[in-house]
Parts: sequence; C-alpha cells; structure tokens
Amino acid sequence: MAIGVTTTPEKSKPSGSIMNDPQVRGIFYQVITVVILVALVYWIADNTIQNLKRANIASGYGFLNGRAGFDVGQSLIAYTSDSTYGRALVVGFFNTLLVAVTGIITATIIGFVVGIGRLSHNWLIAKLSLAYVEVFRNIPPLLVIFFWYSGVLAVLPQPRESAALPLNIFLNNRGIAFPKPVFGDGSQYVFYTFVIAVIASFFLARYARIKQEATGQRFPLLWTVLGLVIGLPLLAFLATGSPITFDVPVAGKFNLTGGSVIGPEFLSLFLALSFYTAAFIAEIVRAGIRGVSKGQSEAAHALGVRPGLTTRLVVVPQAMRIIIPPLTSQYLNLTKNSSLAIAIGYADLVAVGGTILNQTGQAIEVVSIWIIVYLSLSLTTSLLMNWFNARMALVER
Amino acid sequence: MNSHQGNFVRASMIEAAPAPIQTGGLAYWLRKNLFATPKDTALTIISLLVLAWLVPPAVQWLFIDAAWTGGGRGVCATVAQGGSQPDGWSGACWAFVNAKFDQFLFGRYPIEERWRPALVGILFILFLTPMLIPKVPYKNINAILLLVVLPILALILLPGGWFGLPFVETPLWGGLMVTLVLSFVGIAVSLPLGILLALGRRSTMPVIKMLCTFFIEVVRGIPLITVLFMASVMLPLFLPQGVTFDKFLRALIGVSFFASAYMAEVVRGGLQAIGKGQYEGADSLGLSYWQKMNLIVLPQALKLVIPGIVNTFIGLFKDTSLVSIIGMFDLLGIVRLNFSDANWASAVTPISGLIFAGFIFWLFCFGMSRYSGFMERVLDTSHKR
Repeated sequence: MAIGVTTTPEKSKPSGSIMNDPQVRGIFYQVITVVILVALVYWIADNTIQNLKRANIASGYGFLNGRAGFDVGQSLIAYTSDSTYGRALVVGFFNTLLVAVTGIITATIIGFVVGIGRLSHNWLIAKLSLAYVEVFRNIPPLLVIFFWYSGVLAVLPQPRESAALPLNIFLNNRGIAFPKPVFGDGSQYVFYTFVIAVIASFFLARYARIKQEATGQRFPLLWTVLGLVIGLPLLAFLATGSPITFDVPVAGKFNLTGGSVIGPEFLSLFLALSFYTAAFIAEIVRAGIRGVSKGQSEAAHALGVRPGLTTRLVVVPQAMRIIIPPLTSQYLNLTKNSSLAIAIGYADLVAVGGTILNQTGQAIEVVSIWIIVYLSLSLTTSLLMNWFNARMALVER
Repeated sequence: MNSHQGNFVRASMIEAAPAPIQTGGLAYWLRKNLFATPKDTALTIISLLVLAWLVPPAVQWLFIDAAWTGGGRGVCATVAQGGSQPDGWSGACWAFVNAKFDQFLFGRYPIEERWRPALVGILFILFLTPMLIPKVPYKNINAILLLVVLPILALILLPGGWFGLPFVETPLWGGLMVTLVLSFVGIAVSLPLGILLALGRRSTMPVIKMLCTFFIEVVRGIPLITVLFMASVMLPLFLPQGVTFDKFLRALIGVSFFASAYMAEVVRGGLQAIGKGQYEGADSLGLSYWQKMNLIVLPQALKLVIPGIVNTFIGLFKDTSLVSIIGMFDLLGIVRLNFSDANWASAVTPISGLIFAGFIFWLFCFGMSRYSGFMERVLDTSHKR
C-alpha cells in the first residue's frame, strides 16, 4: 500500500450522474415498478367493474346464500339441491380433504414399500420397483385418472352382475359396495375405551422412554400398545353385547341394496393419485436412505445392534431428516392434484366451484375462494410438516 | 485376571469353512441376487408368481388378442356386442388407434393443410437433434434456428393467414401438435421468466423481492387447474370490452406462468448454492449486476440445477394434458373425444386409446429424464472419485 494515497472519502466529491449511485437507482427502479403496478391494477379493476356492470353481475359474496339447485354425487355432510351455494362449497371442501388425506396415507405406504424395494439386494424386487417408478412418474396423473375411470371401472359388470369379493364386498361399474357398520346402543362405550387406550398408550410410551433412558431396559412398547388399542375396545364391545353390526349389501334384481357404496369417481381419483404420487415418494425415500452414511449402520452392527433395530433406531431417524422436506411438497402436490377431480365429476372444491361459476358467473369470487382455500391448505400442511421436521431434526449442541 | 477366563473366549479352533462353491456364472448370480436368504427366496417366488399372473395375460391382451386392423367398431366388439369377435373376447383395439392416428397427431386441423404442422414438426426435429448432441458444432447458429427462426416459422405456418395460406383457427388445432406447442412455448417462456423471478426474489430491493415472492408462493400454492380457469374466465373480465384473447393463447399464458413459478424455486436453489465469494469476486472485478449474473453466477447455478429444471420441464409436459379440462383438445383430449365416436365405441376402445396416449407421454418424459442424466455427466466438472 502506498502511503501517499490520500484518504479523502469518495462521498465528498460526487463523480458523474446521480444515477450511478446504486442506492438511488434501486429506489428509482422500485418507484417505477410500483407506479406501473398501481396503474395496471387500476386499469384491470376499472375494466372488471365495467365488464361486470355490462354483464349485470353483482360482485360480492352474497351469492353464497343462494339456492344451489344442483346435486352432488358424494357428500360427507347433509346436502340437498335446496342447500345454499356456500354449503355446496363446504361439501366440495370436505370431499377434497377426504381424497387428499386417504390418498396421502396410501401413497406414503406404497411409496415407502417401493422406495425400500428399490434398494433391495434382491435383483427382481429392485427391478420391479424401478419399473413401477419409471412408468408412473412419466405419465400425466390426469391420464391415470381416466385410465381407472373410463378404462377399468367403466367396463366392470353391471350392478346386478356384481363381482363378489370376500367379506361381502361387491364390485361393479357403479363403484365398490361394502358392509356398513351400524352403531347400536352401547357402541359409544367402545369408542370411549378406544380413546382411553390411546391416551394410556401415550403415557406408556413416555414411561417406556424414561425407563430406557434410566436403566437401558427396553419395554415391549409396540405389542403392549397394539394390545391396548385393539384389546380394550374389543373387550368393551363384547361386554356391551356386540352393539356394532354390519349392514351387508345384498344383490337385488337390478341393483345392490344396503351397505355403503364408494362411487367410481372417488375410487379412480384416489387410486390414480396414490399410485402417481407413490412413484415420487419412492424416489424420495430411496434418496433419503442412501443419504445415510454407510458408517452409521456399520457402527451400529459393531455395537452389536441387530439389523432390524439398526434400521429402526439408526438409519430411519436419520433418513427421515432428508425425506421430510421433499415429502411435504409431494403431499402438497397430491392435494393440489386432487383438483383434477373436475375431469371425472367427483364433487371436490374445484368441481363444485366450477358448477357455481357456470351458474352464477361470479368468477372472481369463486376463484378467490379457491385460492384462499388451497393456500391455507398448503400453509397448514407445511406448518404441520415443519413441526414434525423440527422434532426430527438433529439436536446440535 | 488370567485365571478368570470368560466363557466368551473360544478354547478350540473353529473348523475351516469349505471353499465357496462358485464365484461366477449363472448359478452364482442367481444365488447372490435372488436366493441369498430365505426371505429373499420367498420374495423372489412371490414376485415371480405375481409376474406369471400378470404378464402373460397382459401380453395376450396387448398383442396376441389385439385387433390390429379394421374399419370400424366391429373388429373390437364381440358378437354379443354387435361385432365380429367371439364371445368372451377381450383385447386391445389398436385398429382404433390406427384409424385415428392422424387425428391424434393434428386434431381437427384441415387435412389438406396438415403439411404445415408436419413441416414444423420435421424442422423441430431437425433443429433439436444437433442441439442435443454435445459434439455437433455451431451451437450458436443452431440455437438461433431453434429459438428464433422456428417459432417465427411456426407462427406463420400453423395459424396461417399470411402469404396465401388459409387461416386455421386454434379451436381446430389438436392432438400431439397442441401438446408439443404448449410445452415448447411453456418451456421457452418459463425458463427465462423463472430466472428473472428467482433473481427478483433474491434482490436487495424490498419491493421487487416482495412482489416476486408473492407471485411465486401464490402460484405454487394453487393447482394448475385454477390457474387455467383464471386464464379462461377471469382474463376476459380484466380486459376492456372488445379485446379478446384466443383461448389457446390464454392457456399458453396460464401454463407458462404456472411453470415459471416452479422454475423460479429451482433456480433459486442453484443461486443459493453458489458461494458468496463468486458474487464478491464479480463485484471486485467491477462487473455490472447483469454481467455478474450472466457471466459468473447463472452459468454455475443453472448447471447445478439441471435435474430440477428438467423435472420442471417434465412436469410442464405432463401438465399440458390439463388443458383438455378447459375444452381444448391436446393429445389426451383428442383421444377422449374419439371415445364418443359411434363408429368406434366398444368396451375396449377407451382403454386402448388411453394406453396409446400414455405410451406417447411416457416416451417423451422418459426421454427427457434420460437426457438430463446424460447432460449431467457431460457437464460435470467436479472431481468425483
């Protein structure tokens, strides 16, 4: 460094235009962006108001109290065509939740099985899992939905020629019929004991952990909990005189009577989403397990931990750290893909909203409801999974 | 201590184990890979049983019993259904795919004008193939041909209306052509737009950052079908009276915006992986923001996220099938449209058509994912073991 260099600050003599100052320029760009954006929003809002006035559509959410007038194929809550638009949307929302939750559970199970299968030492299993992943990952989910809906379920036999499966389950082109549980008097006790068993299991798990940390002895938790959760309600069931009976579907002359029926719309959507998402989950699981260094399992073996326990106590907890974040986004994808229901007429939020949109022309309101609901679903799932992830995360000192 | 010998110390020598029977050949491979343990043996046998139960009927259905040629539903229906096949027959109806093949490619594009999309398709293959092979020189000219000349040609040839070519309106477009145009434009728009959004999200200017984050998070949080609905129902509301957009164009806008939000997150991942030293190095060289990004940061960042980018492309390609829900006839849409053709309606027509469409989609997506793996290896400059 030359000593002669003067140390007068640059600021004291402005060189060139003020536009060369990055800070000024930044503010300038942002002001321009805001001005353009405000102008655009004003222009759009103005056009929209004009267009709505011309089309005689009243804006606002008042239309939600109007009579819907259309029927919904499958509904978890009471609904008739006399119900309001708002209630129809709630029905659609619950249907979305139903297919998303069941799909997520099934996709996770299939995905974990296939993902572990891809790492199997058994050549055949590994190749079969690979084939599964490569087939389902590269086909649009919509096509898989149609495959089930118009390719498979639509060509099943008529209701009167239903294919009988074990356990009084019947399969025909109107869906799958299965025995419906009927809850008689006293069945609430079965439910109460179930809740008690779950709470007891929770405390038992805590006790087991404390005991293991203090003495090193492992408590046979899994079997005890299974015994509690299944055994206690079973005891209550027998003690109250078997209050739960089954309404079995019976093949009539033209149709099945009795039992519960799951329509082909739900079935094809559920199957397609599960199989499609499972392919992605399988790859995530594989990456997660491969991401755990081999030294971890070798160290566990060296300590004398059996292979099964090694997987459960050493490999899986570490793999979960890698798996959970991408798994979350797959769950979100499945939830969003459930909107494909509209293609086959399963009454989910988008399908019901689409019908309302066609009937009332309230495009902005309906689309805004969609956006709010899906965004809050995404946010809730993310929060839940982040909480789970934080519990699983490495505890660093 | 010596007197206190634990019973875990072996007193006698263990018998020498026999030499391995074989360490090569088929029998060894089978024992190692299929029958290593009792559990493996059981799994192998179960899988083989499942395969034996599934594969022969599938082959029978797909190839042996399939109706390959014919001019109507008769060849794909049993006698009881009014066809010529024996009762109890079931097989793929490839005759349907065969008869409708041109429609599956071009939709309802006028037959005498189909040379136009065909020419664009051939040029696309001609320009794309050398682009994909790393060793072929003149990549710059090639890129101009593919990304500038071809779109202009396609814009002239596909809709027509210029140079004496009759005008073909977009509702007549369909089939694989629509799928490919949507994906090509979606890819070509979403990559640059995604990069801009990613840069915006990492910008130091709070307003820009907030806007980009808001756009990305909202679009990523909602399903594509609502975006398409927005493009088809709300866009007309936003425009002054008299200004109308083509439906096809609206779908294009929807798909491109949707993909660019996902692309932005992929690119952001790459940007975050570039060390701070690279940015500071560029700054100390006196490079401007755009020089810094174009010459230093983006080339490294994009290379890192090639798998993610290609995955987004594959997702986009699969997502184009959703336009059939808003009443356009892409490959899936046109296949489904033909189910209702009375001349071909039979029990096996839908599933045959869907298997065909699925195969085409699979071919493209699988090809893309294989190519991305190949590119990763070509561009790899790290010092791997």
